[in-house]
Amino acid sequence: MSELVSRGRFGRFGGRYVPETLMPALEELEVAYEEARDDPAYHEELAAYLREFVGRPTPLYLAERLSDDLGVLRVYLKREDLCHTGAHKINNTLAQVLLARRLGKTRIIAETGAGQHGVATATAAALFGLDCDVYMGEEDIGRQSLNVFRMRLLGARVIPVTSGSKTLKDATNETLRDWTASVRTTHYIIGSVVGPHPFPEMIRDFQSVIGREAREQVLEAEGRLPDACVACVGGGSNSIGLFHPFVNDDDVELIGVEAGGRGLDTEEHGASLTAGRVGVLHGCETFLLYDDDGQIIPAHSVSAGLDYPGVGPEHSHLKDSGRARYVTVEDHDALKAFQKLSVLEGIIPAFESAHAISYLDRLAKETREAGGMKTVVLCLSGRGDKDVHQAEGLLTEMLDDEDVR
Amino acid sequence: MSHRLEACFARLRAEGRAGLFPFVTAGDPDLDFTRELLPLMTEAGADGFEIGVPFSDPLADGPTIQRSSMRSLTGGTRLSGVLKMVGEVRADIPDTPLVLMTYYNPIIAMGLAEFVRGASQVGADAVIVPDLPPEEAGALLEIMNDYPLEPVFMLAPTSTQERVELVNDAGGGFIYYVGQMGVTGARDALDSDLGATLARINRVKNRPVLVGFGIKTPEQAAEVAGHADGVIVGSALIDVMEAQESREGKMRAARDYIASLREGLDRSKTVS
Repeated sequence: MSELVSRGRFGRFGGRYVPETLMPALEELEVAYEEARDDPAYHEELAAYLREFVGRPTPLYLAERLSDDLGVLRVYLKREDLCHTGAHKINNTLAQVLLARRLGKTRIIAETGAGQHGVATATAAALFGLDCDVYMGEEDIGRQSLNVFRMRLLGARVIPVTSGSKTLKDATNETLRDWTASVRTTHYIIGSVVGPHPFPEMIRDFQSVIGREAREQVLEAEGRLPDACVACVGGGSNSIGLFHPFVNDDDVELIGVEAGGRGLDTEEHGASLTAGRVGVLHGCETFLLYDDDGQIIPAHSVSAGLDYPGVGPEHSHLKDSGRARYVTVEDHDALKAFQKLSVLEGIIPAFESAHAISYLDRLAKETREAGGMKTVVLCLSGRGDKDVHQAEGLLTEMLDDEDVR
Repeated sequence: MSHRLEACFARLRAEGRAGLFPFVTAGDPDLDFTRELLPLMTEAGADGFEIGVPFSDPLADGPTIQRSSMRSLTGGTRLSGVLKMVGEVRADIPDTPLVLMTYYNPIIAMGLAEFVRGASQVGADAVIVPDLPPEEAGALLEIMNDYPLEPVFMLAPTSTQERVELVNDAGGGFIYYVGQMGVTGARDALDSDLGATLARINRVKNRPVLVGFGIKTPEQAAEVAGHADGVIVGSALIDVMEAQESREGKMRAARDYIASLREGLDRSKTVS
């Protein structure tokens, strides 16, 4: 009898909780990934595309006016917003499309929330002439119509999801359902470090290019490691990508910023690590938002990319072990930070990244009270072009109410 | 094996018949309805039941069971209520195997031990958790060891021979063979590889095999029954009830549909 061993654990989290139909495909993917990981030709091919197609390495930019404003923080922005397609998502989709080609799969499917992962998937699929279907919640289609058009322009089919809360979690359900029927010909590119093994580990490896570059760049610029790394956490791919190469640097504090939505005292937030409990959704054991009967509670955030009731299992482990800490920023404060970075640095951040920017105010206050000074690397995971339309409505109202400058 | 499952399969073997195991979502539209429906379907020829616990994110299920789960949740069904209903219906159908089917998170929320204890106490015979393959089931299996509750695992058209053996060894009760790729839902045609895959499973199995996913007509049920110990019919049954407005209409439609499947299954067995 084969041994009953759960694969892909981060501490007590992770695993592979999927219907039997998918188990053989995950085993096959695990083997293919391990082979690719040990194959220099795969790394060379990926590195070439990251350099020439994505535009890596992305700069590590010292945000001087923001730092002056905060007083006690020296803030470096890891400019993932400058990646082709406008966010870090393409680091993962390109690597997975190359893997899908090794597996001989001819069709790509993906779920998307804000549409950034969908666009990045459609882009990578177009680059290699693969068929591409992207599932997107109807609610998000309304919020992110430009990204919907981008995906179509890139030759992908966008399939609206009308079940459940009509957002990212439901799009993920629908993509998994498609995959159980199509797994023989189709590769599923999950967009974050969630899902069944090997996805969380594999996507973490692909996104770790962020932290590897940032670590080298900050050492070059400062001659030492930063005091803290800060990034927003929805599913948690940009944050794990930044954190992972720093995990063994004990003096570097790792801080993940979750969506506080309308406040943790409401049920309308996306703070699964801060306010959730351990459960199983979409193939992994991790912190989740669910009620006393185990039913998943739809998340809420002004940013579609953080609007997810779960989180990557490795983050659950980093929280559980105390290696990273997780905080929340509410919608309102994220919007203020969205405007602040635009005004101070001439950089319009994605709503998601604006959560991380906003947290710097609190980190500065803490640091000032402790009488110190900190160097911070913050992952600016994406640019805000996709959010400008939504921001127009929200911010005009807010600017009328108060002087946020 | 649970004594009811064992007796049920022994009787089916002795009579040369295939088992008919309808699936219903508990609490669609409410638990009183389900409580009444099960004995009615027993009279119409059902041999046992799968009782689905509704879940907000049923990722192995197609549109029919998704809608059914939503109706049940909207009506306020909870896992504790489902267990209570099972205990009540047990009195009416004392010998009929009752198999609970639930995603893993509701079990986690209730607590693994409390769930296993509760399910055994109300007289459930087995549990199927579609998002819990044997590799992840260690904690639940350890608790179930001490109770007369059987773990049922699934096999699929994609399962390798290694996994066939693994599931056969790890599970109890019976093997649930997922007769088609994809999610639950009635289909017009059966998977063309069905016979070949089942032959592969039958070579190693040491417990009965029931086939679910995609079965709709009495003819399909009969065809599947030629390769297996019985069939599970869920979405097609729910479709039939959904088409009716009134409770009485739904009950009648379910009873007639089950009777037609029974007839189809028995006819084929007599012929062969």
